[in-house]
Amino acid sequence: MNVAHQAFGSSPEIPLSMQGPAPTSVVVGFGFWLFLLSDIIIFAALFAAYAVLSGETAGGPNGTELFDKGHVLLETACLLASSFTCGLGSLAVQRRDMQWTFVWMAATFILGAAFLTFEASEFSAMLTAGAAPSRSAFLSAFFTLVGTHGLHVTIGLFWLLVMMVQIMTLGFRPMVRRRLFCFSLFWHALDIVWIGVFTIVYLGAS
Amino acid sequence: MTLAAASVLLASCGEGVLDPHGPVGKAERVILYNATAIMLAVVVPVILLTAVFAYWFRADNTRAKYLPDWEYSGSIEMIVWSIPALVVLFLGGIAWVGSHELDPPKTIESAIAPVDVEVISLDWKWLFIYPAEGIASLNRLVVPAGVPLRFRLTSASVMNSFFVPQLGSQIYTMPGMTTRLNLQADRAGSYSGLSAQFSGEGFSDMRFELLAVPADQFEAWAKTVKTRGSALNAAAFATLVRPSKADRPETYAYVAPDLFEAVSSGRVVEDSSSHLEK
Amino acid sequence: MLGKLTWAAIPFDQPIVMIASGTVGLAIVGLLGLITVKGWWPYLWREWITSVDHKRIGVMYVLLALVMLVRGFADAIMMRSQLALAAGGAQGFLPPEHYNQIFSAHGTIMIFFVAMPFVVGLMNFALPLQLGVRDVAFPVLNSVSFWLTAAGVLLVNMSLVVGEFARTGWLAYPPLSEIAYSPGVGVDYYLWSLQISGLGTLLSGINLTTTILKLRAPGMGYTRMPIFCWTALASNLLIVAAFPILTATFAMLLLDRYLDFHFFTNDAGGNPMMYINLIWAWGHPEVYILILPAFGVFSEVVATFSGKPLFGYRSMVLATMVICVLSFMVWLHHFFTMGAGANVNAFFGIMTMIIAVPTGVKVFNWLFTLYGGRIRFTVPVYWALGFMVTFVIGGMTGVLMAIPPADFVLHNSLFLVAHFHNVAIGGVVFGVLAGYTYWFPKAFGFTLDERLGKAIFWCWFIGFYLAFMPLYVLGLMGATRRMQHYPEMGWQPLMLVALAGAVLIFFGIALTVVQLVVSIRTRDQRRDLTGDPWNGRTLEWSIPSPPPPWNFGLLPQVEGTDVYWAMKQVSSGTRSNAAGDAYQPIHMPRNNPTGFFVAFFAVILGFALIWHIWWMAIAGLLGEVTVGLVQAWRTNGEIEISAEEIAMAEKALVAREVAA
Repeated sequence: MNVAHQAFGSSPEIPLSMQGPAPTSVVVGFGFWLFLLSDIIIFAALFAAYAVLSGETAGGPNGTELFDKGHVLLETACLLASSFTCGLGSLAVQRRDMQWTFVWMAATFILGAAFLTFEASEFSAMLTAGAAPSRSAFLSAFFTLVGTHGLHVTIGLFWLLVMMVQIMTLGFRPMVRRRLFCFSLFWHALDIVWIGVFTIVYLGAS
Repeated sequence: MTLAAASVLLASCGEGVLDPHGPVGKAERVILYNATAIMLAVVVPVILLTAVFAYWFRADNTRAKYLPDWEYSGSIEMIVWSIPALVVLFLGGIAWVGSHELDPPKTIESAIAPVDVEVISLDWKWLFIYPAEGIASLNRLVVPAGVPLRFRLTSASVMNSFFVPQLGSQIYTMPGMTTRLNLQADRAGSYSGLSAQFSGEGFSDMRFELLAVPADQFEAWAKTVKTRGSALNAAAFATLVRPSKADRPETYAYVAPDLFEAVSSGRVVEDSSSHLEK
Repeated sequence: MLGKLTWAAIPFDQPIVMIASGTVGLAIVGLLGLITVKGWWPYLWREWITSVDHKRIGVMYVLLALVMLVRGFADAIMMRSQLALAAGGAQGFLPPEHYNQIFSAHGTIMIFFVAMPFVVGLMNFALPLQLGVRDVAFPVLNSVSFWLTAAGVLLVNMSLVVGEFARTGWLAYPPLSEIAYSPGVGVDYYLWSLQISGLGTLLSGINLTTTILKLRAPGMGYTRMPIFCWTALASNLLIVAAFPILTATFAMLLLDRYLDFHFFTNDAGGNPMMYINLIWAWGHPEVYILILPAFGVFSEVVATFSGKPLFGYRSMVLATMVICVLSFMVWLHHFFTMGAGANVNAFFGIMTMIIAVPTGVKVFNWLFTLYGGRIRFTVPVYWALGFMVTFVIGGMTGVLMAIPPADFVLHNSLFLVAHFHNVAIGGVVFGVLAGYTYWFPKAFGFTLDERLGKAIFWCWFIGFYLAFMPLYVLGLMGATRRMQHYPEMGWQPLMLVALAGAVLIFFGIALTVVQLVVSIRTRDQRRDLTGDPWNGRTLEWSIPSPPPPWNFGLLPQVEGTDVYWAMKQVSSGTRSNAAGDAYQPIHMPRNNPTGFFVAFFAVILGFALIWHIWWMAIAGLLGEVTVGLVQAWRTNGEIEISAEEIAMAEKALVAREVAA
């Protein structure tokens, strides 16, 4: 609500759509939302492919045989917790509290890296057991859907590192804060996608 | 210019889609004509009005009334939404009914029992198997005239589309899938068939002849093939699977059992290494 | 060391390719040499290559599109010539392995590298001007988008000289496009160049959507936006929603080809039908992405040159957004013959027809904009009238094929080819050429030569009918698309007529080049000194031609639609700051080489991936990361232009007009 009144000629009677160009933080945030929507559509296409191909095991292993619910629970806990720490980090950014920002961002990084480690071990176990993506269409779809999510998490972690260096070198200037806001949107969106993944892929396999 | 266009259009009436020789094609032609006529009733006035308005309201025509602020009229809006909506309503009805009546798997109503044909598209030729007669034919489809034809189709390589324009509907042939089509040739004759889905280097050569003959001649032909054709066993089929184009028509007296089922379920996989030769 | 790349990749044994690439290569070298000798590099680098100004980027997009139009058209005329010759037993001069690449390249180039850049370029140029603001939402990203498109163009054209192009048609259906049936690099060139340019397009969609929704002059509520902005909004929303599907689908095909995955293979459970569904779920919105801005151009042109507001503005807005939404619900009409069954086919057929309703509404509203007008027959109006007559025919044949049983005999035939060229040329091409002519004076300060413009129109108009009406007939006669030869001698006369039409269109394209040269040479005769050469209605005509970098010294206060027209009725005609409001300092983004370098490394990455040169791919990726990091630390991205400087510049521009 505060954001609206920062615009040109603000007065409660003039509708937001007529208040002239929106401030940079609104523009950047909106643009990033659109990007996230487009990213989610990529995932939607991958989910659709998974749905179509989930039964095509070509005589090879299926989800029930391969997926370890405990493992997935661990991954989920790490990722959801990292979203929580990311949120706490965003609050620290709002307070311009450099120390706590670093604490919570580091925690986010560690939890995200833990997620990736667990996922990598899951993938390598499948590969050594012969359940490679080239084995069947089901496995191709699985590795691509879950792997694309993992790739996004990896890119997110890299982005987080860069942001931490940016805070150190550039401080909490508006440009850096906008980017941190975008990062947190990205990180939470990945959480939402993961919920879709473990529901449709892992829980759906039983 | 219109006369030239009309005469050229009339020329097309002598062959192809506008000269159908079977019930499916005939029904489809009726739809083409009706739908076009309905739409022309809107399109022609629009084109004429465009010309008339542009001419009449040209800047140097002082007799035309200039309405610089006229930008809305409720009644015109209503008409302008209604006309397309009505046309679409009508055509939608044709689409619904037509889609169901001419659904490719729908058998053609006839007192005569249908003849089954299994179709396999290969690179770049057509194999026709007659399961009841136990024979097969390459690149020439001999059928009895006036008898419903029940096709089951698949592909041993990439997607193709089985199409005999003068008989009506086409249908895709796809690896690992079975599609179904029903056609009938009312009169004896030779009809051109082709693939209507691009499938690679030899695509343009995937022409075949659909030869409709009187029913008794068809029986005779089947008997002759049974005595004289070669054997389409696994080895012979493996040879067929290798890429080739403009193959001469050939017939087979014996067909390996369940050949079509094997191909359509993807069990017989072609020797894909042959495609790596340039 | 160099992956699959060897000297054998260059087709020394193919004279046509060698001569074509040789000529183009010499031309490029000549051009680069000329620029070097004349010392133009600093100017080009500063004013164009590193520009983040939407006006400059828009011009570059359109230039790119025009150049690629020549390449795509060269493919077309080769196809027409081949078909004019290859009747009966004749094989023509293009064997299948070449012909199949040519028609694949033709479609790919025309859609992705002519139509898209042209449309995006026009939107880029005009939107901020019509919205009354200074630039798009993300100027640096805008530059990145353009250069990524250029990277895609470069890769596609490289395939002519080094390697080959896809031989699969412009949508590369599997299993034909899988490694088993397309083992060469052609499909990889196709996939990587489109992934790269597709990313650029997606970023552009995000950029322009944000601009339209968040950056408008004060007072410009949604219902006061010019209609072109509404059609651009719909188009960009479609880009954001549809292009990710293309990215994902191509990624799946790439995984199949590179890492032996089985999304669409014949074996191990792959499903080629799924590719067809996914690709058309992108493909159908794509054609609306192209046509909606063209509709917007026509709305502006018809209103401006009739001297009347657009008839039924709100109706047009509603129709546009309805088309936007519905375009996602019709994709199956591209493969009725795949056997989905009567209910599914009928549903999609009816949905397709329903889209014809808002489209029909638009045509009627244009008609009633003409009604009661004082129509000036400028070149853009020629294109608009030509469009209205031609597009309805194409729309009619489209609705015809939306009836599944009709489609069963017309699918993939030359009738289909005629239909989509009918709407693509009659709609998109006519629209972008109208927009090009209409906004040219705003970009460059002088209008294009009118007489040549009319000649270009007639070449295209008559050429189109000659080239494609025979194809409707041939399709009805049973001719299918993508055939390289045909036995029916009776088809040859129609193919010859089609070739004649293509030749006429060739003259139209040649004249476009001539028109540009002549117009530049004689520009003093047609200078636009008032900024308003057409007696326009919208805000872009209220600023000088060409506009200053900041577009508007003061953002206009908007009170209705057709803002500039309303201003003209009230004031005596002088625009700039008649009220004497004080100027404020303006922050404009600085030039930025990020876009260029992103594209540079994208070409390296793409080429490396195509040829399996892994070390080069890693280098390209590292290059991209480096460019990103450099941009991340850029803190001097803006320049402040003082109020005095703006006041002086604006005064000078006003003085120039008053003197005229």
